[in-house]
Amino acid sequence: MKLKFLAATAAIALSSAAAQANTLVYCSEGSPEGFDPALFTAGTTFDASSHPIYNRLLEFETGTTNVIPGLAESVEASDDGLEYTFKLRQGVKFHSNDEFTPTRDFNADDVIFSFMRQKDEGHPYNQVSGGTWEYFQGMGMPDLVESIEKIDDYTVKFTLSKPEAPFVANMAMDFASILSAEYADAMMEAGTPEKLNTAPIGTGPFSFVAYQKDAVIRYTQNADYWKAPADVSNLIFAITPDASVRYQKLKAGECHIMPYPNPADIQAMQDDADINMMEQEGLNVGYLAYNTTMEPFDNPKVRKALNMAIDKQAIIDVVFQGSGQAAKNPIPPTMWGYNEAITDDAYDPEAAKAMLEAEGVSDLSMKVWAMPVQRPYNPNARRMAELIQADFAKVGVDVEIVSYEWGEYLSRSKELNRDGAVLLGWTGDNGDPDNFLAVLLGCDGREASNRAQWCHEPFEDLILKAKQTTDQAERTKLYEEAQVIFKEQAPWATIAHSVVYMPMRNEVQGYKVHPLGGHIFYGVSVE
Amino acid sequence: MFGYFLSRLGMFVPTFLGVTLISFMFIRVLPGDPIIVMAGERGMTEERYQEMVVKLGFDKPVLQQYWDYLVGVMHGDLGESFVTKKPVWDEFFALFPATLELSICAMIFAVALGLPAGVIAAVNRGKFFDRALMSSALVGYSMPIFWWALLLIIVFSGNLGWTPVSGRIDLLYYFPSVTGFMLIDSLLSGQEGAFTSAVRHLILPTIVLGTIPLAVIARQTRSAMLEVLGEDYIRTARAKGLSPTRINGLHALRNALIPVITVIGLSVGTLLAGAILTETIFSWPGIGKWMVDSIFRRDYPVVQGGLLMIAVIVMLVNLLVDVLYGIINPKIRRR
Repeated sequence: MKLKFLAATAAIALSSAAAQANTLVYCSEGSPEGFDPALFTAGTTFDASSHPIYNRLLEFETGTTNVIPGLAESVEASDDGLEYTFKLRQGVKFHSNDEFTPTRDFNADDVIFSFMRQKDEGHPYNQVSGGTWEYFQGMGMPDLVESIEKIDDYTVKFTLSKPEAPFVANMAMDFASILSAEYADAMMEAGTPEKLNTAPIGTGPFSFVAYQKDAVIRYTQNADYWKAPADVSNLIFAITPDASVRYQKLKAGECHIMPYPNPADIQAMQDDADINMMEQEGLNVGYLAYNTTMEPFDNPKVRKALNMAIDKQAIIDVVFQGSGQAAKNPIPPTMWGYNEAITDDAYDPEAAKAMLEAEGVSDLSMKVWAMPVQRPYNPNARRMAELIQADFAKVGVDVEIVSYEWGEYLSRSKELNRDGAVLLGWTGDNGDPDNFLAVLLGCDGREASNRAQWCHEPFEDLILKAKQTTDQAERTKLYEEAQVIFKEQAPWATIAHSVVYMPMRNEVQGYKVHPLGGHIFYGVSVE
Repeated sequence: MFGYFLSRLGMFVPTFLGVTLISFMFIRVLPGDPIIVMAGERGMTEERYQEMVVKLGFDKPVLQQYWDYLVGVMHGDLGESFVTKKPVWDEFFALFPATLELSICAMIFAVALGLPAGVIAAVNRGKFFDRALMSSALVGYSMPIFWWALLLIIVFSGNLGWTPVSGRIDLLYYFPSVTGFMLIDSLLSGQEGAFTSAVRHLILPTIVLGTIPLAVIARQTRSAMLEVLGEDYIRTARAKGLSPTRINGLHALRNALIPVITVIGLSVGTLLAGAILTETIFSWPGIGKWMVDSIFRRDYPVVQGGLLMIAVIVMLVNLLVDVLYGIINPKIRRR
């Protein structure tokens, strides 16, 4: 027994020593919750699961929000927008592990399994690993998807309850990752169905080797990948929660690439000759939402005047320490449909004051809500609120800053009769403008994710029309128009989009910053 | 001696029940609904919220929830994490060896340096050596762990390159975990250099975590020694012409050890508290970081289970300390 164990470890040692030169080490910021992406919602989990291990029917092209074919070679929508037929790719192999070797290639059964376990409460896998399927639920899929049919082994048809163009982007989201139905059956039979989450099997560029909780995740290259194999033989996630320590490890060469640097370290990293710093605007927006149902914030001119009183550049400098960009639209600039032509309200306290007076607003006092947590779209809400307080004081508006514990904050800020303007933000899920405009500003979102409680018919008509049109050029036009209306009506002060920095050692080649926030290592090499 | 042990053990039961109640109530008293925190900015419909309430058992009266929890604990079931959906028990045992290994090393470091430092300071009372040692101990005691750790990393790992920045072993080494203790597993693996790598990774975290206990032990040993050195029997021993080493090392130290052992016992709690920060900075996969994450996520089962396990460990160590008193000083067990 002991001999066997030693032999096994020696073999692993040899292989790891040989492979060292071709290993990419990523100092990740936290531990994954598990390895079945549909069960979870955190980006850290998706980095460790859906990106390396799995594929989806459709994929986001790395570095853009464009949707491209994945495990489906093509998708066709019916004229009424109610049926989507996916033609599946043939010859795609699943990974294998000690307990499972696939006997067949990927086919329609895997697609049906991957979605029905989330949709059907009677499905044997519906309750496994405490399945709550948050993202599937959150994207409204249970009501949207009426049925999923296998037409033949390589054709699957989704029937929707209503036309919804963002459905295509949803199919590229992490929760839509395709798992092996054969593996699921085998594990159910063995009485260990939870292994789908702890010992994942997918079709992705890397196969899972081992996870030591809170320490290391190891993957190896999938030599049978249906695209060109990954450039590195081994991928290692060294879990390093502290940003300063990640930086030290990067400097010492203990890892090749790291996410989320401390804003204070960014300058030093840019000056370091061994480190290459990539940057891109994040797919997010931080905003101040007025309660548009309450006087005097029900008057668009008052909201507009307040927006003109906010010195966004000062916020970018102080709160984001440069790692942000002033926002003029409610969607980020990396997203298709972004209206470049819109000009932001100029910072002009004098004009703002005059405008407030013209609207008969004087001696206004209001509350500004500051979030108690740090978010990419708002690294320090308290400080941001203080700056806004000072800005508003200049136009004669007295601000009281309030804050609550995060859970309380989220639920109280939804209330229709909420007193005050709320600092909050959003990070995109699927790169579709609908995911910002309809979710955050649509009439259905009132008393929920629409913190401005804003319901404006001309805007609503445009986003509903865009939701039901499958032609992207047409949708782009509609969303651009919607942003014009948003700017005139000013339900929010759009504050900032964060800038995502990705420091890496010079040896790393081919990395692309992904606008959807994921960290993807397929196509990355170490020289 | 056995009666003494039983009486100490008897006190264990009500303390244990008290801890289950406190750990259960503590997390519930904190504001913040775990379901809303879980959903984040995305939020959820009222219907979905109610479904989750039922699924997580929050629809039952609090007393009923506590009773269910207690029954679970009695059956060795600490529940499942809301976040990872895995049994708390499994997670605890996957992570605890790392904390234990680090804590043991830190304690050995603290005792190995603290005891002699205290004795030397006491023997040289008022002299330069005493003052230097005690001022360093005060600095060590007052040092914020976070700052101290980063300072050591920047100097020894960043600038000098002597020690690795973080982690438990070089990523080059990969072998299955047998005991969970990296020092032992690396030896078992038979891989050349693995053990040395594990030791090198332990140096900075051990120093950081051991600094406060080291300072406390040094100061406590010094004052206990000073007290004992003033006793009549020491004067008698000196008068008899015993060597200073024999007097200090054998006669004085043995009696000075009682308060020192108390401090060592109490330091276990400090170590576990310090482990939270040390583990976060050094990416050490132990229970400290696990607990902090769970508090932020309002992961009730993990916080309850983790607190309970930590409390049990501290209680067990203190029980051991009580028993040790009895061994060192027979007068105590007769009281």
